[in-house]
Amino acid sequence: MRSEPLLCGLAQSEDDRPEPVLRAGNTNCGGCGMSIALNMFSRAIGRRRVQMVIPACCGIVTAGAYPFSAYGAPVVASTFASAAAVASGLARVARMNGEPTRVVAWAGDGGTYDIGMATVSAAAERNEDVLFVCYDNEIYGNTGGQRSSATPAGATTTTTPRGKELEKKDIVGILAAHRVPYCATVSLAHPEDALRKFQYALDAPGFRFLHVLSPCPTGWKSEPAEGIELVRLAIRAGLFPVYEVFDGFRTVINVEPELSPTALERYFALQGRFRKNAVDLGRIQEMIERNWKHLRARARDA
Amino acid sequence: MTVELLSANHAAARAAALAGRANRAGRGFGGGVYPITPQTECIELLCRQEFEKGEIVRVESEHSAMAVCMGVSLGGARAFTASSSNGLAYMAENVVSAALYRLPIVMMAVNRTLGPPWNIWVDHGDTLMLRDAGWIQFYCEDNQEVADTILLAYRLAEDARVLLPVMVCQDAFVLSHTMMLTDLPSQEEVDAFLPPLELPHAVGGKPVTVGGLDFPHETEVHRREHHEAMLRVPAVYGEIQDEFERRFGRRPADRVEAYRMDDAEAVFVSMGTTASTAKAVVDAARERGVKAGSLRVRMFRPFPEDLLATWLRGRERVAVLDRDLCPGLGGVLWSEVRGVCPGSLVQNYMLGLGGGDIRPEHLEQVLDDLLARAAAGEPRIVEVG
Repeated sequence: MRSEPLLCGLAQSEDDRPEPVLRAGNTNCGGCGMSIALNMFSRAIGRRRVQMVIPACCGIVTAGAYPFSAYGAPVVASTFASAAAVASGLARVARMNGEPTRVVAWAGDGGTYDIGMATVSAAAERNEDVLFVCYDNEIYGNTGGQRSSATPAGATTTTTPRGKELEKKDIVGILAAHRVPYCATVSLAHPEDALRKFQYALDAPGFRFLHVLSPCPTGWKSEPAEGIELVRLAIRAGLFPVYEVFDGFRTVINVEPELSPTALERYFALQGRFRKNAVDLGRIQEMIERNWKHLRARARDA
Repeated sequence: MTVELLSANHAAARAAALAGRANRAGRGFGGGVYPITPQTECIELLCRQEFEKGEIVRVESEHSAMAVCMGVSLGGARAFTASSSNGLAYMAENVVSAALYRLPIVMMAVNRTLGPPWNIWVDHGDTLMLRDAGWIQFYCEDNQEVADTILLAYRLAEDARVLLPVMVCQDAFVLSHTMMLTDLPSQEEVDAFLPPLELPHAVGGKPVTVGGLDFPHETEVHRREHHEAMLRVPAVYGEIQDEFERRFGRRPADRVEAYRMDDAEAVFVSMGTTASTAKAVVDAARERGVKAGSLRVRMFRPFPEDLLATWLRGRERVAVLDRDLCPGLGGVLWSEVRGVCPGSLVQNYMLGLGGGDIRPEHLEQVLDDLLARAAAGEPRIVEVG
């Protein structure tokens, strides 16, 4: 049975899954970036056999309650910190049995940047045959919007009522420093690039890490329909660099930013989380330029 | 079979490796491992084993050690790990999860005092902290029992009527680092005893979500099923005792091991190696004409209330020896035993906390105190250190 094309009008092919990974009946909010990412990922999976591990986060709540599940793939709902370790166990069993199963950990920023950090780092160091995808909505969305170490400077959350002062962690830098085979950021506004990366990361052996900027209309206090536009603005402004790192060294920039102050201004203006407290855009612009100088140096040296 | 001089740590590792290899015709063997004194020698030896189809994952924490075991088990393979004390405390979230997923993981736990202040010696407080985690728990008295219990634990855990994880507990240093003659079966014998694991809810290719959300109604059902599986353990264990004896020529001890209980009027109830000392003191007391006996609780979960009630019925005096303390209550073993024998004088003694050496004279003092009592009093901490 053929379903309607799911992804930005990209052509349907015979290789598509008969049903998406995230099926109808899921409980995600309208405009959830994770839903869009899962739909792209579903297209990328095609006929590959996958097993997913999803820790405590919106990504598992969306499955709905037992005995139903909105996931059209086998999923293990793991404890919050454990996605990469449970995935390691599944991947080892698949390997020792000579099975082509691709094991995927799918976690939010809490389960990656914070409580999952040690587990992710250890699985990366062991170069487990696991694809770890972080859908980063820059907030503890499932618990109602508390700050994480992925929350950007300037954002108001329920635990940073006066706005967060500190910048978010460079998660791809951290994972790339483990010298894993593949790390990349994924833009929901660039579906061809996203699809290519999902497919490459599914097939590459060893530990792969993908970082998806995932708009959260509920937490960002933004319009559900503007999620893709927000990602596009973040990329134009240079806030979210789109790049990939092979083996921890070879760095390739995939989308050139405009470093546009107008885009930056608009990115902040469209989100309620930045409106409550005054944000010094000049400081953020400096941070962006500093980050890009560093990233370009890495891309040039590689 | 070969009889070797082994520490309980090495006996456990060798038994786990035998059980793991026995699943090479199935989906293999694996586990996450992380060091902690006094368990480390177990995982070190495990890491030196060769497996045809097995992977030992050297993880960064006990929490991840159990997480890897869950992944291995959910993948349909046989899983093993070992830990102790604060490691078990750090692992606790995933210990509970393993039971709630109903995974037949076996863990060797070396009983060690929880810190701080740091103390590496024996105390049962660490695994008793996990008594409600939904695992089957055994407490062993010697190294042979550790090896045998790990082998039969897989048989018990993987039985379709059970499907629960098993914790095999042994006393720090008293067993973990003490060499004893230990009889290990051959691989062929273990292969015949442990058929390949077939986990009904292993994650395969079907779009099933394992461990997702439950509403209260489903949770009530899942908890009831978990409880009912626990209640089936004694009968299944009885079958396994018979088969183990038939295959290996020695019978694993009952859930409660009785010593000189026939006409006993004063009874020690204990767990682990304390029972060895208790038996020696029983012998000495009987020479003095005191009708003493000993019960060793070998299987603590599910709690052997039936056997304890049978053995303790009509006994005048019972001394429950706890190597643990629940502050504000008393001994954990006592708190569970005291309701079983309403007609008896049941006095709680906590001794050997923090690894203090429980010597025969301490249990003789306990017995004198028990015999002199007109009534049971508050739980008593007996300092032996």
